Amino acid sequence: MKPVDFELHRPETLSEAIALLAEHGEDGKVLAGGQSLVPLLNFRLARPEHLIDLGRIASLTAIRRTPQRLIIGAMVTHAQAERSVAVAQGAPLMARAFPHIAHQAIRARGTVGGSIAHGDPAAEMTAVAVALEAIMVAVGPRGTREIPARDFFIANLVTALDHDEVLTEVRIVPPAGPTGAAFEEVARRQGDFALVGAGAQVRLAQDGTIADIRICLTGVSATPHRALEAEAVLIGHAISPESTQTAADATRDVLNPSSDLHATADYRRDVAGTLVSRVVKTAVQRATFDTTSAA
Amino acid sequence: MGSNHEVHIEVNGELRTCTTEARTSLADFLRDQLGLTGTHLGCEHGVCGACTVLLNGTPIRSCIMLAAQADGQSVTTIEGLSGPDGELNGVQEAFCKTHALQCGFCTPGMVLAVQALVDNVPEPTQQDIDDAIGGNICRCTGYVQIREAIELVLGDVAKVRTSDDATVGAR
Repeated sequence: MKPVDFELHRPETLSEAIALLAEHGEDGKVLAGGQSLVPLLNFRLARPEHLIDLGRIASLTAIRRTPQRLIIGAMVTHAQAERSVAVAQGAPLMARAFPHIAHQAIRARGTVGGSIAHGDPAAEMTAVAVALEAIMVAVGPRGTREIPARDFFIANLVTALDHDEVLTEVRIVPPAGPTGAAFEEVARRQGDFALVGAGAQVRLAQDGTIADIRICLTGVSATPHRALEAEAVLIGHAISPESTQTAADATRDVLNPSSDLHATADYRRDVAGTLVSRVVKTAVQRATFDTTSAA
Repeated sequence: MGSNHEVHIEVNGELRTCTTEARTSLADFLRDQLGLTGTHLGCEHGVCGACTVLLNGTPIRSCIMLAAQADGQSVTTIEGLSGPDGELNGVQEAFCKTHALQCGFCTPGMVLAVQALVDNVPEPTQQDIDDAIGGNICRCTGYVQIREAIELVLGDVAKVRTSDDATVGAR
């Protein structure tokens, strides 16, 4: 399996990369960590004539934290972010999702930005971006755009990025207050793309009720699913077995997943509800622990 | 019309300078241009782990990395672990003693994944061990002897702390 011939460009600055993309138009494609794109090249499912590798652009590899923001450079690898205290504190849900992304050898090369720009609704990072209302910063010949996650994912593998734009960073607002998060998946084999994955990040009020909740699902729709229906059930209340059950049912009611070789739509729907209920419970437990350890 | 690239890669401690096509994977580069056929190619799309090599000491999949992307970096292949006359290193020796291979196809990648664990994690838990080899598919051993090899090379089974007491009881 060999990719078709292509020309590889390895620019050292962002402006060089953008100029190359502008020059090559629809024949150009950005290469980040390559853990999704290179398999597509090997299968010849992708046949770009020009690959623009961002691997030499040092400015894209930093994780920064300001009081209001966690900023993850697009070329930060999963492994780098997985080890980051700033990410663990500023985006607990993202930190919980990393161990589910393929295997260590993939996370060593794969990038947060690459995964998001690839736009696979079965991928953990796309769902996390939607749940945490991440802002994607895109730079192109017409300047810089800030694209909210809800507008970023358009269809399976289709994002709001124009062909001559580079995703440069992902911005997330860190939680304020006792917060817990959880991510769980049901997959055929550990490390495979999950049949269904679910994540939740919960912030508790002083009285133990849920002050803020974000729930997301992978693998159930053409774009990552933000489970607003389940969030609506839970927000403002303390959780109970009944409320998590109601939230699970609310999610099952709205989902319309597809069937394939690995699982039927009904199975995916059922698993999605179960995972929602599980991750919410675990996230609340962790948030409660966060409250007591802070006290 | 593809581009050619001059790459400078430190392979097993030796600086190699070669010209390679843009589309050449690191795995094909190692095998076809350097003759280091110990790196095996299974699935060629990053799923099986047979092509695992160490990039600056970290396991990566050489079938889904372009050789040109490795320019200026350090790569260790299975050939880099043994001594000048083919003497096995500690991890390789442990794999032999515990019969941690049958057909041997996954072994180079598996050994390198284990080598990185041994080098980078001082006191790995059972979870660390399973995570280290979980991305490498072995269809012969069922992983039991591979775990034994790892425990052997870590010196003493008792040293392997486990994060799950139930697992200890079952072993």
